[in-house]
Amino acid sequence: MEWLDLIAQVSGSAIRFSVPLLFACLAGLYSERAGVFDIGLEGKMLIGAFTAGTVAALTGSAWLGLLAAVLASVFFALLHGFASITHRGNQIVSGVAINFIAAGLTAQLGETWFKIGGQTPQLTNQERFMSLGWPFAEALRRIPVIGQVYSQVLSGHNILVYAAFLAVPLTWWLLYRTRFGLRLRAVGENPAAVDTAGISVQGMRYAAVACCGVLCGFAGAYLSIAQSAGFIEHMTAGKGFIALAALIFAKWRPIPAMWACLLFGVLDAISIRLQGVPIAGIGIVPVQLMQAVPYILTVILLAGFIGHAVAPKAGGVPYVKEK
Amino acid sequence: MIRKLFAAVAMTALMAGASLAADVKPAVVYDLGGRNDKSFNEGAFNGAEKFKADTGVAYQDFEIQNDSQREQALRKFAERGFSPVVAIGFSHAEAVKKVAAEFPDTHFAIIDMVVDAPNVASIVFKEQEGSYLVGVLAALASKTGKVGFVGGMDIPLIRRFACGYVGGVKATKKDDEVFQNMTGTTGAAWNDPVKGGELAKSQFDRGADVVYHAAGGTGIGVLQAAADAGKLGIGVDSNQNGLHPGSVLTSMLKRVDVATYNIFKAGQDGTFKPGVTVLGLAEGGVGWALDDNNKSLITPEMKAAVDKAEADIKAGTIQVHDYMADSACPY
Repeated sequence: MEWLDLIAQVSGSAIRFSVPLLFACLAGLYSERAGVFDIGLEGKMLIGAFTAGTVAALTGSAWLGLLAAVLASVFFALLHGFASITHRGNQIVSGVAINFIAAGLTAQLGETWFKIGGQTPQLTNQERFMSLGWPFAEALRRIPVIGQVYSQVLSGHNILVYAAFLAVPLTWWLLYRTRFGLRLRAVGENPAAVDTAGISVQGMRYAAVACCGVLCGFAGAYLSIAQSAGFIEHMTAGKGFIALAALIFAKWRPIPAMWACLLFGVLDAISIRLQGVPIAGIGIVPVQLMQAVPYILTVILLAGFIGHAVAPKAGGVPYVKEK
Repeated sequence: MIRKLFAAVAMTALMAGASLAADVKPAVVYDLGGRNDKSFNEGAFNGAEKFKADTGVAYQDFEIQNDSQREQALRKFAERGFSPVVAIGFSHAEAVKKVAAEFPDTHFAIIDMVVDAPNVASIVFKEQEGSYLVGVLAALASKTGKVGFVGGMDIPLIRRFACGYVGGVKATKKDDEVFQNMTGTTGAAWNDPVKGGELAKSQFDRGADVVYHAAGGTGIGVLQAAADAGKLGIGVDSNQNGLHPGSVLTSMLKRVDVATYNIFKAGQDGTFKPGVTVLGLAEGGVGWALDDNNKSLITPEMKAAVDKAEADIKAGTIQVHDYMADSACPY
């Protein structure tokens, strides 16, 4: 009974941890499947988080905060597109530049506008996305398995959590079942063929980076106005890069991307939940080891278990139309 | 010739003395949590601001972004003639030691750590005593018999908070359970409210209904999670009762503000004294916060119990164990 409770609690926590990774991972998926490498996920998330925190604090509306986060993030995504698609610049350099701009800009603007050390003002509950308790969640809590899953794993998250997991099948459907998706994937594999068919390679790639921007905006907004109550300097803390690792781990496919992000979330949740708890036969595991576990496992999994990850063929290569 | 030299020396000495008293240039270097962590560093900031308001003397401050900036910041302030230079946080110890040796005429101070040098004042607090008091309150406020503690970086200093807290809880209710979590093992653990919130949630899931944090900026997330879940949080260092009125049981006050103010003031008055100062309950260096935001949460029985514990500690009849004395917690 007790370990069932434990699993349910860890699952709930893992879901909350994996949401920003999942949004960012899907964002990278759109962009990279279209042949535009995006190392700037981290930066766009940070911009999104800052904008969401700022606008939510100023307008008092979480929804306006989310909208603003998406717009700001899309703007930076298009900037990345302008540098790497229109001007055929190096996609890695452009992505790194966006990360630097985001880190500096958010801290500087935050300090200038609010004068509280680069943070945005603390948000009240009306200005955030609060957890939604599902009906009867408290009543069903004691029923083994079904009740626990219902009340501790599925219920009690905020709306962006559900949006993230809905985005997975949506992305799958868009990529594999629509004309847009077919073209997007083709642009990342063989842009010349797409061009021959009379479709604008540049147009498709811009559409892809815009999708990427939208999802990064969601990831950022989740961090600052759903999971916490305000923007804090550098609050993405490397999540954009972990999302990139998850993307490679998932071999650029949406459903495996979800599992990869959940895995990272579970590792994080376990490291927190098992801290200071005696484990049968081992005793209390030192905090340091518990905290290193996610990273150790990441290395092992990435190095040993995924096999050969093949990136989209035209990834990182600007498309030059033959004259 | 010699008389001339004497006169010159005397003049310089006079002018130096005058300049020390009149244009003292105090400076403060915060730790990684940053000036506005609403906790430890903000205490120092409040003390410095109060000094500015009281005396009209401006001060300079610096928020470090990474460990390598500690030395740079201290050296820059010393080079530019600032004195006293106050370093906030134990992590500055090595840097203070090194820079203080390079600038023997500059006065330095460090909070939370002892640096043995002729021009350094070290201020340390008996956090275990204040933590004991909030432990008493937590035990009395808890309905489940389970309370939590979330620490920042896993270091002996934070274990000292934890140990005092456990002592207070167990002295009040022998069988109560205390869950302890540390946020991390690097400086980043002072500024990770998302993780702090998750740690608090995991403790609530295990049945805790009061959680005390000693985690700087990370604690903002702890108190937020407590308020979101309808549980009680306990603030630290600064008075955090007002962050979520009605959801913060109390705050363990550590008067970093007073310490910073006093060092600045001593610098201005020319009464700076190197050496170690230990501030405990008896010296008013630590305590617990009671104000309009939490007075409805503190029942008369709780107040009586904590007042008694306070008197006993001051009188010496209760000795709160100091974790840092033997790296162990007997409770």
